[in-house]
Amino acid sequence: MNFGVIAEYMPLYTEAFFLTIKIGWIGIAISFVLGIAVAFIMHFKIPVLSAISKAYIELFRNTPLLIQLFFLYFGLPKIGINISAEVCGALGLGLLGGSYMAETIRSGLDAVPKSQTESGKALGMKPLLIFKDIILPQAFATSVPGLLANIIFLLKETSVFSAISLMDLMFTAKDLIGLYYNTTECLVMLVIFYIIMLLPVSLIGSRVEKRVRYKMFGA
Amino acid sequence: MGFDVLLKGSNMSRLLGGLGISLEISLISVVISIVLGVGVGMLMTVNNRAVKAVTRVYLEIVRIMPQMVLLFIVYFGATKAMGLNLSAEASAIIVFSFWGVAEMADLVRGSLLSIPVIQYESSKALGFSKLQTYIYIIIPQIVRRMIPLSINLITRMIKTTSLVMMIGIVEVLKVGQQIIEANRKSSPNAAFGVFATIFILYFLACWPISCLSKYLEKKWS
Amino acid sequence: MGEILTLKNVSKSFDDLVVLDNVDLSVNKGEVVVIIGPSGCGKSTLLRCINGLEDIQDGTISYEGDVGMVFQSYDLFPHKTILQNLTLAPVKVKKRNKAEVNKEALELLERVGLLSKKDNYPRQLSGGQKQRVAIVRALIMHPEVLLLDEITAALDPEMVREVLDVVLSLAKEGRTMIIVTHEMQFAKAVADRVVFIDGGSIVEEGTAKDIFENPRTDRLKRFLQTFSYEE
Repeated sequence: MNFGVIAEYMPLYTEAFFLTIKIGWIGIAISFVLGIAVAFIMHFKIPVLSAISKAYIELFRNTPLLIQLFFLYFGLPKIGINISAEVCGALGLGLLGGSYMAETIRSGLDAVPKSQTESGKALGMKPLLIFKDIILPQAFATSVPGLLANIIFLLKETSVFSAISLMDLMFTAKDLIGLYYNTTECLVMLVIFYIIMLLPVSLIGSRVEKRVRYKMFGA
Repeated sequence: MGFDVLLKGSNMSRLLGGLGISLEISLISVVISIVLGVGVGMLMTVNNRAVKAVTRVYLEIVRIMPQMVLLFIVYFGATKAMGLNLSAEASAIIVFSFWGVAEMADLVRGSLLSIPVIQYESSKALGFSKLQTYIYIIIPQIVRRMIPLSINLITRMIKTTSLVMMIGIVEVLKVGQQIIEANRKSSPNAAFGVFATIFILYFLACWPISCLSKYLEKKWS
Repeated sequence: MGEILTLKNVSKSFDDLVVLDNVDLSVNKGEVVVIIGPSGCGKSTLLRCINGLEDIQDGTISYEGDVGMVFQSYDLFPHKTILQNLTLAPVKVKKRNKAEVNKEALELLERVGLLSKKDNYPRQLSGGQKQRVAIVRALIMHPEVLLLDEITAALDPEMVREVLDVVLSLAKEGRTMIIVTHEMQFAKAVADRVVFIDGGSIVEEGTAKDIFENPRTDRLKRFLQTFSYEE
């Protein structure tokens, strides 16, 4: 292994790393907002909207992110909608993630016993207050492992951003391999940066899971 | 809107042929994953520190490494480091199996541990050998739990085959791109129609399978 | 003493199944009404209808003030401490002053002997303790009428007493309560009036003495026999 090459490529990789992280986490933030909204709609079985939500979840869970991105990036401009690669990446990841988050949160909501809603009602609480103060916190606690798994999944999915010419880690590695053939160094750096990006989340994941449980239920 | 391109010549049958390659890669990988995964999963229940450490690292690698990165390592790295000249398809199958075996093994391990110790003890008391205990008592019990989840793995693999075009395999997405390129002049809007079609093709390939998986999970839980 | 709760011709059915059939019931202020009857006779549904958890198909239910309810399965909020379980509704629903609610919650906890548990989570309490908290959670909303739905049915036998003692003391201080229970000794001790429901309608009602010692209908006699053993 040639460490001179590694030093030389470092700035390129660092830049790509931060771009990947930025778009990845923006996408994750979008997916949370979308996921909570969709789960809310499906939990309350709001007519029309809940049918749309169901279709959305099935569509995005059963198609690859890459093709979703291609569609957004290359397809939409053809019908007059233009978005930048960065927006496209974050939006695509957010849409994909939203469908996963919605499923996870919804199953968390469904796992809260119906009697919890009833005792809220018996205390005179309005449906929205019951949802916010009683159902959602409990659903969130049971969903934490699933939500963390989704975050890891979405961070991994960022590796397809290169397909829409976003200069992310994959793009940089591929580009440099193609240009200079320093395959080993390029791949090692690629792996290391992905470890930096994902290992902490994976490790913190199992910690937080325990702590949230503790805090939520004091058990 | 660019859907007309698909009706030209053999474009649609080429797309379907590409989808066929995607399905082929995922099916071969799933079969390998199930066979090896059951073995590795049983190995993981063995009380041995070295085995535990190795399998833990293996699982963590699969958990955090994007499949795309693994594809690059195998396709570009193996060629260079070991002088192997792996075809893109072979690389894809290796990576998918590497990932699938880990998932199956973790599943098998979980199911095995969920079976009460008393089951093993009573089989022993009845004079079954260790192998017989697995074949007649334990494995039939875990199969039901695992089938829905392995079906679910198939859909995820089909979706992930979309990545293999990045290492040059001519599957559905690659065919789509070729069609768009070839018809750039005659139908400039082809991208919308072609990508929309591929989107739907993937959906049609995966959706019935995930419905089946959900159905079995409900039925057997 | 005036009427505080009145049910007129209340009927309730789930699809084709009639659960309550033309029920008339009125409860006076300070009165403790105990409802008894076989499983599935509609007594729990009656409470749920009074509280608005179930819709009724016919008749009217009218009452003054608020109605509080305690359930068989306590249903404390598992993600909140005992104190938070008590203060949530008064603060958020009644918009009462938080410090004042806290003070009242602590007094009530002290009264049921659970002050030391105020910062614990429901999971750390025994069934009997949880049920006492659930009673306090209903009381702190200052309901005019308190509905108790088989509150000891899910408890281990040795915990039944501690919960029923709390209810007895509430009865003594003149609370209006409607109690559904299978504890016949307790019913005798606490009831001003006992109502026997069977098949969705009121079959017999009267003082505890009337109902338990001089049952008039065969249905009530048969029901009471299931609780006694021939010697």
